[in-house]
Amino acid sequence: MTLSREQMAQRVAQEIQDGFYVNLGIGIPTLVANYLPAGIEVMLQSENGLLGMGQFPTEETVDADLINAGKQTVTVAKGASFFDSAESFAMIRGGHVDLTVLGAFEVDVNGNIASYMIPGKLIKGMGGAMDLVAGAENIIVTMTHASKHGQSKLLANCSLPLTGKGCIKKVLTDLAFIEIKAGKFHLIEHAPGVTVEEIVKLTEGELVVPAKVPEMKF
Amino acid sequence: MAGFDKVVSSYEEAMAGLEDNMTIIAGGFGLCGIPENLISEIEKRGTKGLTIVSNNCGVDNFGLGLLLPNRQIKKIIASYVGENAEFERQMMSGELDVELTPQGTLAEKMRAGGAGIPAFFTATGYGTPVAEGKEEREIGGKHYILEHAIKGDFAIVKAWKADRYGNLIFRKTARNFNPMAATAGKITVVEVEEIVESGELDPDQIHTPGIYVNRIILGTFEKRIEQRTIQATQ
Repeated sequence: MTLSREQMAQRVAQEIQDGFYVNLGIGIPTLVANYLPAGIEVMLQSENGLLGMGQFPTEETVDADLINAGKQTVTVAKGASFFDSAESFAMIRGGHVDLTVLGAFEVDVNGNIASYMIPGKLIKGMGGAMDLVAGAENIIVTMTHASKHGQSKLLANCSLPLTGKGCIKKVLTDLAFIEIKAGKFHLIEHAPGVTVEEIVKLTEGELVVPAKVPEMKF
Repeated sequence: MAGFDKVVSSYEEAMAGLEDNMTIIAGGFGLCGIPENLISEIEKRGTKGLTIVSNNCGVDNFGLGLLLPNRQIKKIIASYVGENAEFERQMMSGELDVELTPQGTLAEKMRAGGAGIPAFFTATGYGTPVAEGKEEREIGGKHYILEHAIKGDFAIVKAWKADRYGNLIFRKTARNFNPMAATAGKITVVEVEEIVESGELDPDQIHTPGIYVNRIILGTFEKRIEQRTIQATQ
């Protein structure tokens, strides 16, 4: 069985440590906030100018002046702060954010990522994604391993315009947890019920498979 | 107006001097903290050939999207423009020139513009379409591209409170690009929800000092919400 979006979020959440400042992108990364390990303190950074993002508001507390980077109304968590966009990206570019989780269309063996544009089809813009991938040390990309038509998204070379070059080291897909080192993908974990053969078949870029591949735990 | 008193009484006065083909830097993120009445005034004036610098371009019938139907915008420099059907049409047909710029780079371009820094190196965009035609430099083993500062003929800004001298306080995430935009306009116009007498704001709490601000106007705001997300009730 491939992982559901919720399971992918759950697995990523295991990588979050006590005291981490974390930026979560739109889509699956947003769901990670629902699975933060118990008993730890985490602050979510929203690049529009909020550190310490809280839950969605109630009808009574909804405030047009308080949104996240996905333009959704939110609240603040304990110890939150507001700041302007230059300050926000100083945090990001300056390497102060401990973990960034974002989606992508493609990732390749050299750690390149394409996530913002499909020429002729989708030209909405990169928002903060280019700054996030260029500035963060610790990034996890979440995406499905292959397209609906079975085309691998883990490539030898990205085919779409890049969001960042040589900046991705970890990818969590619906099939596997993969690291990128020295120009190769490395299989770290497989999803429960997914065979190594299936993963190999759907990985276009060179994949290093160790003798024993642990199963993901939840 | 006398001395440092920057309060004007009409939106006509607030945008006086705006001409065709000028560059306008606008604060706001999505529809949050946008100078909505100043944008409406630009729509009313029918000023054409504008270059707009803003993170987004509003939605079809609100915010900067209001300047699209009459083709008032010639070029836009923005990071994300996905919420607007007319925008997409004009971009695809080539009527509108779009320069997609990473969000952090856009904020820093405005900051640099206001701070007298002509250009800066950033790793953001290296090896991507954003780097095309830009100077590259390796510093300490890492690659950077040279990005130039942006200045505007006008900056249009939304703040929460101002005093008559133009000292500004923003509210929550409606701050976003507004403080940088305020520094980068030859003429910076700010609309606010409340104006107090000079001396009434605590100097320690001021986000933008009045030196950057030329005109202040009191407005009333719709504050439209783009994605109204509410907690599921138990």
